[in-house]
Amino acid sequence: MLSEGADLAGFRRATRRLVAAGVPPERIVWEIGEATSLFGAGADPSDGPPLQLPRAVGELIPMVVPHSDPERYALLYTLIWRATQGERALLDVASDPLVHRLHLMRKAIGRDLHKMHAFLRFRRVEAGPPERFAAWFEPEHHILEAAAPFFVERFRSFAWTILTPEGSVHWDTDTLRFGPPGRREDVPDGDGFEAGWRDYYESTFNPARLNLDAMRAEMPKKYWRNMPETAAIPRLVRDAAMRTSQMIERGPQMPVKRDPVKAVAAMSDQNPTSLDELNAIIQRSEPLVPGATQAVLGEGPIGAPIAFVGEQPGDQEDLQGRPFVGPAGQLFSRAMEQAGLTRGDVYVTNAVKHFKFTLRGKRRIHEKPTAGEVSHYRWWLDRELEFVQPKIVVALGATAVLALAGKAVPITRNRGPFEFGGKPFQGFITVHPSYLLRLPDEEAKAMAYEGFVDDLRRIGDLAA
Amino acid sequence: MDEILAKKLRILADAAKYDASCASSNAPKRSAGKDGLGSTTGAGICHAYTPDGRCVSLLKILLTNYCLFDCVYCVNRRSSNVRRARFSVDEVVTLTVEFYKRNYIEGLFLSSGIIRSPDYTMEQMTLVAKKLRRDHGFRGYIHLKSIPEASPWLVEEAGLFADRLSINLELPTEASLARLAPEKSGATIETAMGRIGERISQARAEKRRFSPAGQSTQVIVGADATDDSAMITKSAMLYGSYGLSRVYYSAFSPIPDASVTLPPQAPPLKREHRLYQADWMLRYYKFTAPEVAEATDGGMLALDIDPKLAWALKNRHLFPVDVNRADREMLLRVPGLGTRAVDAIIKARRHTSLRLDDVSRLTSGLKRAREFLVAEDYRPGATSQRLDLRAKLAEPAQQLSLF
Repeated sequence: MLSEGADLAGFRRATRRLVAAGVPPERIVWEIGEATSLFGAGADPSDGPPLQLPRAVGELIPMVVPHSDPERYALLYTLIWRATQGERALLDVASDPLVHRLHLMRKAIGRDLHKMHAFLRFRRVEAGPPERFAAWFEPEHHILEAAAPFFVERFRSFAWTILTPEGSVHWDTDTLRFGPPGRREDVPDGDGFEAGWRDYYESTFNPARLNLDAMRAEMPKKYWRNMPETAAIPRLVRDAAMRTSQMIERGPQMPVKRDPVKAVAAMSDQNPTSLDELNAIIQRSEPLVPGATQAVLGEGPIGAPIAFVGEQPGDQEDLQGRPFVGPAGQLFSRAMEQAGLTRGDVYVTNAVKHFKFTLRGKRRIHEKPTAGEVSHYRWWLDRELEFVQPKIVVALGATAVLALAGKAVPITRNRGPFEFGGKPFQGFITVHPSYLLRLPDEEAKAMAYEGFVDDLRRIGDLAA
Repeated sequence: MDEILAKKLRILADAAKYDASCASSNAPKRSAGKDGLGSTTGAGICHAYTPDGRCVSLLKILLTNYCLFDCVYCVNRRSSNVRRARFSVDEVVTLTVEFYKRNYIEGLFLSSGIIRSPDYTMEQMTLVAKKLRRDHGFRGYIHLKSIPEASPWLVEEAGLFADRLSINLELPTEASLARLAPEKSGATIETAMGRIGERISQARAEKRRFSPAGQSTQVIVGADATDDSAMITKSAMLYGSYGLSRVYYSAFSPIPDASVTLPPQAPPLKREHRLYQADWMLRYYKFTAPEVAEATDGGMLALDIDPKLAWALKNRHLFPVDVNRADREMLLRVPGLGTRAVDAIIKARRHTSLRLDDVSRLTSGLKRAREFLVAEDYRPGATSQRLDLRAKLAEPAQQLSLF
């Protein structure tokens, strides 16, 4: 004797006992009713020992128990019985009549759940805050408990109630409670947005494609009475043929207004026409990886003979909004000075315009941009360099090379003048100044620094 | 909801309905945070069906139906006399949130006519998505139509907020585009698709969020002379080159205020249906475009039988196939067996030898399938070689009009 609805716990208890006692399915009569209390609390006794069921069987049971077919428990017990009697792979044999029937039942439950999630309509009860909504729904099977978590995940931030003829469920933005059955009248008979929804439903319908069978197959009539938009269906269907034939008979129309030629011409001219415009776009845009304070723009005069392209802004650059102002930037300025270049005369910028980091405690640790991020920012860099029109562009480090060449190029082998391909300027590859800071050994550091200054001298000569 | 907003909604939903896509699938599973709204389920949900049998899943609207382009198949082309309207960004946000809270929709599908400039239009559309995600903690589905003529960085920004981006090819050949959509260029469209495809695969590899449900496109069926085999060849190319998630086929439908160049006609719905089935062959049954072309008669798919059956009838020497022995690839080519039936067959035959009765419980397409398969207790016999097999399996001619 199991209780009404989806009595999973009762079925589990009974099954454990029956299997433990070795009772075959044909000797059991499953009854459903409110009479569980007849046995008294003590009479519906201890669980039998837990069963070792194949996983697929364990998963299937809770998905069939909500079915309204009174035979469901008997069918499930037969399945369990056969599985415990050696047919452990039984569920794999979808062609077996029992398995086939249980699969159909599971599918029906899945469909009922899906339709409840789809066709339930909330109406607002209180404007709040917090807002409160209510809905009336009539599922085909005993699925209220199984259906509720979906609504919690989706509508966590406001309160709602779902009433059905078998029970109700309430969410107060914090806990889920199940309660007694409700009545349709307990839900208000309208909502401020329902007329708008009906308008939408009617407008999105295309009368030239009328296909009632397809609609009814997916949205059976039994659901219609709780869906506000379906009131329009008879009229939409009635008028469809007329609307379509009118469209066809009316034939082509001559345009009343002539072509707005000017507007079309203006439209094609949408690219930024100056570095300032481009920079404004960059500043407005979202960082690809969230977290950066601001976009760090390039710096230096338009027409500068040399443009340096670094990797991406660091911690200091991100806070100050200027490129090459952190430790590596300071080293870079010193090296430039030694090489006879003036920072104010050259253009400096980065391949990627936003700082990317991982937090370690309170410190923001720089993280290298990925290839995808570099190509995302490439557009801007290309445009930027078109406006600046440098004679020579220097890639500082691997990321800059990737951005300028569009592919990875090994630095050590290609250090020096380099053709980036299809560009209106000369190219040059050298290391990134932060590389000099990272070298562990003082001697190596000094040597690398000299090499870097030499490169800068060469660049100065090439640009002269 | 005030009357002006309602009026705009009627105009701008009407203007958006010729886009076939309404899918809310393939988004990564999400659920609402403490103060957030919305979730995604993976498979998507259709919240209603209109009498045209199509699913209403997303609030599918245009930001505006003013448009500078003059694509003759489009109801919103600049030379059309339809009524025009324009939503503000906040109006779209409000409609989406309020409809969503009442469980009418899975999310938003926003498209737009081109106003001022492609860049400006794209910016406005992205702004809607950004506000939904930022100001309302909206975690439902967002599909943005991207404008191929807009600057790449704007389209890329859109991908940060949208679950799916799409660009409509509309016409499968450059010649048709030139004739029917003079402002569009196939090269521009495909470049933009390629770029989005590249970004999507990069972001997947780098585990970043960028249009996670992929990109899709739509082609119009019956507005130009392209035949089915060319259509499918094009689709195969789009799937292969740009990693598209879906190609939608939309039967050219009569529109109010049609153009002189493209007079109104009844939509070729059956043809559209067969194209979807052929597309299915590419995506799920591992057919190649040339094999699908074999199923056509002079480039056109038969309307009275499905294309998989048509292919099998032309390749009878490969059948019958033994359900208890054949490999998956060959089983998938049996008419009437879908991927689910095939998987169930393969699973079940490890434990038992399947009879025809067993197969009948695994598929609803047995009428077609039985002519092409062998089971433990069954062989198709002479009927499978008969010349009138096609006629026997053809669907009865359907009356499309109800009147």
